[in-house]
Amino acid sequence: MDLPFALCLVSLLIGAAALVAPVAGRSWASVALYGLCLGVSSLLLVIGLWSLVAMGGGAEAPLLWLPLGIPGQGVHFRLDGLSAFFLIVINLAASAASLFAIGSGRHEHAPHRVLPFYPVFLAGMNLVVLANDVYGFLFSWEVMSVASWFLVIAHHRQPENRRAGYVYLIMAALSTQMLLVTFGLLSGFGAHLDFDAIRATPPSLDIARLALLAVVIGTGAKAGLVPLHVWLPLAHPAAPSHVSGLMSGIMTKVAIYGLVRVTFDLLGPPEWTWGAGILLLGGTTAVTGVLYALMQHDLKRLLAYHTVENIGIIAIGLGLALAFRANGFQMGAALALTAALFHVLNHSLFKTLLFLSAGAVLTATGERDLDRLGGLIRGMPITAFCFLVGSAAISALPPLNGFVSEWLALQAILISPELPQWILKFLVPMVGAGLALSAALAAACFVKAFGAAFLGRARTAAAERAVEVERSSLAAMLILVAACVLAGVLPGLVVDALAPVTTLLVGSHLPNQITQPWLTLVATTPERSSYNGLILMVFIALSASLSAFGVHRLASRRRRRAGAWDCGYPETSPATQYTAASFAQPIRRVFASVLFSAREKIDMPAPGDSRAARLTLTIRDPVWALLYRPVAVAVTTAAEIISSALSLSIRQHLGLVYGTLILLLVVLALWQ
Amino acid sequence: MAMIQSLLAQGFQMMLVLAVAPLVIGIIRKVKARLSRRIGPSIFQPYRDLIRLARKDTVVAHNASWLFLVAPYIVFAAIWVAAALVPTYALGLIFSWSADIIVIVGLLALARFFLALAGLDVGTAFGGIGTSREMMISSLAEPAMLMIVFTLSLLAQSTQLSSIAHYMMTADVGLRVSCGLALLGLVMVTIAENGRVPVDNPATHLELTMVHEAMILEYSGRHLALIELAAALKLTLYLSMLTCVFLPWGIALNGAKLPVLGLGVLIYLIKITVASAVLAAFEVTVAKMRVFRVVDFLNFALMLGLLATLLLFVSRSI
Repeated sequence: MDLPFALCLVSLLIGAAALVAPVAGRSWASVALYGLCLGVSSLLLVIGLWSLVAMGGGAEAPLLWLPLGIPGQGVHFRLDGLSAFFLIVINLAASAASLFAIGSGRHEHAPHRVLPFYPVFLAGMNLVVLANDVYGFLFSWEVMSVASWFLVIAHHRQPENRRAGYVYLIMAALSTQMLLVTFGLLSGFGAHLDFDAIRATPPSLDIARLALLAVVIGTGAKAGLVPLHVWLPLAHPAAPSHVSGLMSGIMTKVAIYGLVRVTFDLLGPPEWTWGAGILLLGGTTAVTGVLYALMQHDLKRLLAYHTVENIGIIAIGLGLALAFRANGFQMGAALALTAALFHVLNHSLFKTLLFLSAGAVLTATGERDLDRLGGLIRGMPITAFCFLVGSAAISALPPLNGFVSEWLALQAILISPELPQWILKFLVPMVGAGLALSAALAAACFVKAFGAAFLGRARTAAAERAVEVERSSLAAMLILVAACVLAGVLPGLVVDALAPVTTLLVGSHLPNQITQPWLTLVATTPERSSYNGLILMVFIALSASLSAFGVHRLASRRRRRAGAWDCGYPETSPATQYTAASFAQPIRRVFASVLFSAREKIDMPAPGDSRAARLTLTIRDPVWALLYRPVAVAVTTAAEIISSALSLSIRQHLGLVYGTLILLLVVLALWQ
Repeated sequence: MAMIQSLLAQGFQMMLVLAVAPLVIGIIRKVKARLSRRIGPSIFQPYRDLIRLARKDTVVAHNASWLFLVAPYIVFAAIWVAAALVPTYALGLIFSWSADIIVIVGLLALARFFLALAGLDVGTAFGGIGTSREMMISSLAEPAMLMIVFTLSLLAQSTQLSSIAHYMMTADVGLRVSCGLALLGLVMVTIAENGRVPVDNPATHLELTMVHEAMILEYSGRHLALIELAAALKLTLYLSMLTCVFLPWGIALNGAKLPVLGLGVLIYLIKITVASAVLAAFEVTVAKMRVFRVVDFLNFALMLGLLATLLLFVSRSI
């Protein structure tokens, strides 16, 4: 019963979009629409949870056929463990974002450009994970892409948003084209569009390799795997903040869903090289993503680059799982896949939280530039707390949720010496080092982001005057904070919920966690490794209170306020503080001078000259120069050649047509 | 009854590390002073310093936020919990399984995260310079540390420190190249993470060379006492880790009787004293590096860790 109900709810979203379009300008429209989205998402979340629990008990995945779409084919839907898990991921973040928007939606100055597309975007993402045939999947994928594109260009009067929309449109088209190729190959060129039929007749090895290549490009372009990530830091910040949160937090996860669905479910048994390839891509993406993020001083763009990093971490888990599965180590595959899927959930939680907090900052100050913020912790203490928890979670600090998935991924790496292939033996430790490096750099980056935006002294009048946003928006952030903490201290529940998913995909699952003493998380065996976030949190809380009590009771509790010390020379101007750029300078000097050819040029006036000194910093993104520029030049050149054919005379045109005809006939004759 | 005993054993370890930590600092200072032909303060001077600091008024900048006020407690608690989970005098204490060596690295990262934020809170130039350098150093030291963790865990087939120490004690480890590389790497990480010479100078108040000291410049009174104690605990933690992994002899095994435990405590105190003296002797022989030379130092540690891990990956035959 749950699948038809879920589809009814999704159609309710589409209906709401149609209804809200003519009245989007009214003041009540935004509250009503976001309220409806909140209700629908919460119900879909319940359905997802219910189905996953039922499947843990051994229930069958429900199927449904609807006479829509291609005549005679219809559309198939299925709600199996993987779909149910992603349904939870999508709707948990979507309900929080909708709740956030109930309050902050009234600040939107172009509601008619946002409101109709928001529910369609949600509906598209939900449909992608429910679809069980090629047509349904691709159609929903396009609905999701187009709706999100409209949301990206909602504020189209700013030129950089138009550019973002343009780049996004090209990359989204590439993504869908590649998926079309994937499913064309998998479905035997359209012979059987149903996923069940594809599962029944796995493709031959050559076809599977080609399809893998296409699906990695297709979903990688949507998820933001390096070097296909270029649109992401442009497009995600351009949308309204709650939509940015959804694009970064869950649309990239829908792309991961596509990757998992095809590689683990439809492609048949994998080869170890597939795992190695995805592992390498993931490692590169994780490290470069966080290095890009360190160079940013736009808060939302920094967060978008962190999405790239986290997609890399997820890809590392998936690659390891494929490598284990290809070698028949089901336990290792289950561990690596659990780590990847756990990180999918975690990232959807903390990235949505961080984007919503950034949205609150943007609403309160009108600024996204870290170097024009500062001191917000005084005017916006709750938002600061939420951003702090999100930062700690994304930096993989215990006892929050980001640490758990990192820990699981490291455990998976530690059992991988069993893998027999030599390339993997060299690759896996390298990727492990990359994972550790990216976690450490993420912590540095979030110290920078939190420090520049919320700590220190206000750098502008807008930051000085900032106050908290609406109650409902704060509630949305606090719910996500609670979810981050809960998933961190009770990870066993999440791992148990993932058991039916990993059983479905790799035929094994982690040991049952709920029966472990003290709710400890155990990766393989308790002798090997265990982690207990709950006890750790209780211990830290106890020690902190004990030390506070002891110090206050036995020693001094007096506190005086005075001017800052600063070695005796406190500077009064807020401009003398460290900015985001100056904070990143040592790390930039260590890592970016080669990778991004970062150069600093200091222009010192001669002694006696009273003009100001200038520091110019240039950072170049090598991907644009090496990959995209040649492609763009090639496309432009080809277009010029073709357009020159348009100005031919009628005689030359006829000749061209005639020549083409002859050529085709010759080809046909040789083919036969 | 057994439960109460194991809880007592765990509680004793928490108190032991707390009691020993200032002594470690005292011993290091004393040895350094003697080696440079000074008499130096008593080895109990750090205790007096801490008590004196704790009794003084705390002066807080006008614009300091709640984060500045709670950070010392979080930093102290995270490091104290981590230090209590590293085996000192006995293996397999009741809560040792709740956190493996990766979690201990994570707890230290948590402490550093909050200390770094507190350094930025008042918005002074020194806080910024210290924090930014500390995060640069840690972003290299943490991967190096994790690579060493990988090496040890692959050797012992476990990430539990108790199991690793037990493996090093009982199994026929022999002379392994990976082990030697990991030892060298861990020593380098210990030096870098604790801000010892040649990476940072804990005794300096010369502004341009400060890293850790610049970060905590705005703290005073009881907050400063907690942070100083946390720094001492962190050094004790690293020395305990070094000794329990590479000099595991004399640690009481799981479920040992009281006299054996007493012997374990005694041997731990001896080991930690020797380790502090060796660290001090090393510190007087080297000069502090420029900040960007630290990068080479830590890259070397990272390479050692990576090499050790790679050797283990490759030597595991099919």
